[in-house]
Amino acid sequence: MYVYDQYDQQLLNERVAQFKGQMERYLDGKISEEEFLPLRLQNGIYVQRYAPMLRVAVPYGALNSAQVRKLAYVARTYDKGYAHISTRQNVQFNWPELEQCPQILADLAEVQMHAVQTSGNCIRNTTTDEYAGVIAEEIVDPRPYCEIIRQWSTFHPEFAFLPRKFKIAVNAVPGQDRAAITMHDIGINIVKNDAGDIGYRVLVGGGLGRTPILGEEICAFLPEEDLLTYLDAVIRVYNQFGRRDNKYKARIKILVKALGVDRMRELVEEEFNRLKDCEGKLTQAELERVKQHFIDPEYKTLSDNPAELTAAKEENKAFSRWMERNVRQHKKAGYAVVTLTLKQIGTPPGDITAEQLDQVADLADEYSFGELRSTHNQNLVLADVEQTELFGLWQKLKSLGMATPTLGLLTDMICCPGGDFCALANAKSIPVAEAIQARFENLDYLWDLGEIDLNISGCMNACGHHHVGNIGVLGVDKKGEEFYQVSLGGNSGGNDADGSSLGKILGPSFAREAMPDVIAKILDFYVDQRTDGESFLEVYRRVGHTPFKEAVYGKPD
Amino acid sequence: MANLINTQGPVQDTELTTVTLEQWQEEKASFAGQSLELTVSSDQTADLFGEDAANFARISIDFPKFADGRGYSAARLLREKYKYTGELRAVGDVLIDQVFFMKRCGFDTYALREDQIVEDAIAAFSTFTNPYQNDVHDQRPLFRRRLS
Repeated sequence: MYVYDQYDQQLLNERVAQFKGQMERYLDGKISEEEFLPLRLQNGIYVQRYAPMLRVAVPYGALNSAQVRKLAYVARTYDKGYAHISTRQNVQFNWPELEQCPQILADLAEVQMHAVQTSGNCIRNTTTDEYAGVIAEEIVDPRPYCEIIRQWSTFHPEFAFLPRKFKIAVNAVPGQDRAAITMHDIGINIVKNDAGDIGYRVLVGGGLGRTPILGEEICAFLPEEDLLTYLDAVIRVYNQFGRRDNKYKARIKILVKALGVDRMRELVEEEFNRLKDCEGKLTQAELERVKQHFIDPEYKTLSDNPAELTAAKEENKAFSRWMERNVRQHKKAGYAVVTLTLKQIGTPPGDITAEQLDQVADLADEYSFGELRSTHNQNLVLADVEQTELFGLWQKLKSLGMATPTLGLLTDMICCPGGDFCALANAKSIPVAEAIQARFENLDYLWDLGEIDLNISGCMNACGHHHVGNIGVLGVDKKGEEFYQVSLGGNSGGNDADGSSLGKILGPSFAREAMPDVIAKILDFYVDQRTDGESFLEVYRRVGHTPFKEAVYGKPD
Repeated sequence: MANLINTQGPVQDTELTTVTLEQWQEEKASFAGQSLELTVSSDQTADLFGEDAANFARISIDFPKFADGRGYSAARLLREKYKYTGELRAVGDVLIDQVFFMKRCGFDTYALREDQIVEDAIAAFSTFTNPYQNDVHDQRPLFRRRLS
């Protein structure tokens, strides 16, 4: 993974000093509450329902064991002993004291971590495929590009006060969308043209929230070295012309809709043509420098399916299930990609204790070259595990509660912190997730259902990505009471690059207690309708919305 | 009254004839031969006056609220696209924690809001030693400046 040099570290140290000073001025009354807000937000600090929340950046989900141990330390020292993996691959702490945040950031800086631009109306953490670098299907490893974007966007002098937040995602697997790029302000698809040159297909104006819109193509093929100047051009247009009168209409998607993507393209290209040959242009030397940080670790020469693995699978049904669900093919023979699910019953999705963090750090050192990834599905990944070690690793993960063989299944839900923690939420989301997990804990049943994305958001801001859940649940407030609206048919891309879709609302919302029954009716109808192993989404797309609606609400008279 | 500063410290204001963009567009000829300051609001983007920029000894860009970041792009475009070489001043909600960004985008004087502490603002001009990006003062991003 990327290792800071003197320049990166100096910038981070200067940031820590800057925020320490800002906090001191705030506590001295020299900065007003309103003016401190963007300063703390750009350092990841929200003021939440009970306490401030600190959102620590995990650039494109990459972590090393020292960083994970530091997160455990922060959880133990400044928080209530746990952390939360967010849907942007970041790590959140729900209970730090505001006054302690500068010290937490200083502690994190020791391991090259920070909370830079994890909130606020600026360019946020760039996300990508959690399996980047270890799957054979990708055109190139997208992480160096993400790191280059990270550096370009960090303290960008012109884009610290955009109309609204700005999110970029990168996919590098042809025919798939492994980073939900259609739902980002800018989605970057790394592609190769007919001449074999690397470049980017660029989408603009996607986003969830109050007005969910899928991004549109603004550039079919952007040459590799034009990445940063093109981003500068897009965001410069947005910074000048994006709406600032209404925060619900301030995202770039609204500007793109208002102008039309063709006019947007003209404006961007006019600016880009001026910038593209200036010194801001990315160089092959820089690409090479950053790529050097992401070269393969020293893999051994091994072969797939070693005898002891085959034997263990035959002897142990639970292990073979976990293998089938949570372990993925690695590009290198004899290795495997292992997902650690943070979706145990009784624990909010994505939550992890300090003890688990320490143990996971040890596992990363023992089994996976000391590295770990966080995923937008709120799980963790050990990306380079030798297949001969899988059985031993599984036994350890089981004792940690991280071997639930449900990756991609109904109970592998995405869920925001919701009204239990978040001041923005209209409704709680964690109790809904827990009730559904408890109702559908039977593994045979979950396996029979197959892959289903169930996404839960506690409000319109859609941190739980409910619009793109095959089943989406949105918490709504009706006269001070919490209700839940269900939508069906959303999809975040995944294995089908053109398969992204936004869910359609099923009908009137439900009380929280009713939710497990509602989900059960939807699932029963799916099981009843499916043929030949069709997935939930396939059935929904084939039979349409109305039959599902009738299955839940009954036929109209 | 705002405190006028540059990166070194407080500076004396220079008296110029002030015109708004609307006045300028309506009666350009009447200002011939005068030393002018153009004042623009944050929704007046650089494309509206960039070609005329050379007519002004000073262009003052208003930040009606610190969170309105349009002025950063306006400044940068004036310097880099329209090659404006006169004085570029940030006025309005100009706060300590913005001046470093403003400097990089091409401002050279700052009408610091009156409650802001001048010494803290001067110190803030050197917040970061080696930023990642290129800016108005150095066209090279860090990747062209990094010593390998």
